[in-house]
Amino acid sequence: MSTRELGCEEVIERLFDYLDRELGAQQAEDIERHLARCRDCFSRAQFERRLRAMVEASGTVTAPPRLHRRIRHLLDQFDSDETGAIP
Amino acid sequence: MSLASSPTPFPTWQPCPPRRGDSGAAMRHRDSAGQRQWFEERLEPLMDRLYGTALRLTRHPDDAEDIVAEAVGQAWRRLDTLRDPRRFEAWLFHILTNTFISEWRRRRSHPQDTPEGHDTDHLEATEFTLFQQLHQPFLLWWGSLEEQFFNSVLEEELQAALDALPDPFRLVIVLVEVQGYRYEEVSRLLGIPLGTVRSRLNRARGLLQKALWQQARDAGITSGHQGEGGP
Repeated sequence: MSTRELGCEEVIERLFDYLDRELGAQQAEDIERHLARCRDCFSRAQFERRLRAMVEASGTVTAPPRLHRRIRHLLDQFDSDETGAIP
Repeated sequence: MSLASSPTPFPTWQPCPPRRGDSGAAMRHRDSAGQRQWFEERLEPLMDRLYGTALRLTRHPDDAEDIVAEAVGQAWRRLDTLRDPRRFEAWLFHILTNTFISEWRRRRSHPQDTPEGHDTDHLEATEFTLFQQLHQPFLLWWGSLEEQFFNSVLEEELQAALDALPDPFRLVIVLVEVQGYRYEEVSRLLGIPLGTVRSRLNRARGLLQKALWQQARDAGITSGHQGEGGP
């Protein structure tokens, strides 16, 4: 597939597909080439990346100590059950 | 959980072919101490992400703890099925996601509340983009609103905005943006067409950005009077 010059409208339309890694290598390259020369689209892409990074970070929350204890206890229980199951 | 100073090598329990009367438990028990250490060493650094992801999926701390415990228990019981130890993290998060979806479906009292329900598909499609709002020509006079926005958004506000999304939208955005699933995987996990994943994701982003814009306005960012104590 050959490279293609994309217009701003097309880039913005496919921006989230690009950020979500849904595009093929050639399509992603086409977008990147446009972003490298278009300040407006680059700014938009950077903005969405920052926002996306914040959403991603919301999936990391300190697990409470009682959850750590619960899991340790759970694994201990499985171990002792299995030990009991072995003749 | 115990953390050794150097990583424990992947224990060798999987090459054993199944034999008559040979249970999975018995196979794993051969080196259960080593496997337990190996498992815990890899689990420990993932705990905050497991819990955080579960919290975004369930919205409730108690439910989040329940599904993390259930997923970890399942992972430990099914460790024999993990063929490539390098895939442990993805494998564990996949179990967590499936655990949540199974539990969510089991608890549902109304079919339309399920992740694959269509009750929200009629909601007005939103083309709202925060970027455009922050870059309106008449607002540029106030300087970099974008920076003000990012400096002002609190973690809790973002979490609250995500949690406030209707379930079908919240699930796709969490699966894609928090967990990094591809659209096809989301389609398979939720049992919805690929086109529905795309449309819900678009709407989820529009609704989320609209909520964040509202918060920014409430914080006074767009009025130019927000910077108390600022330059």
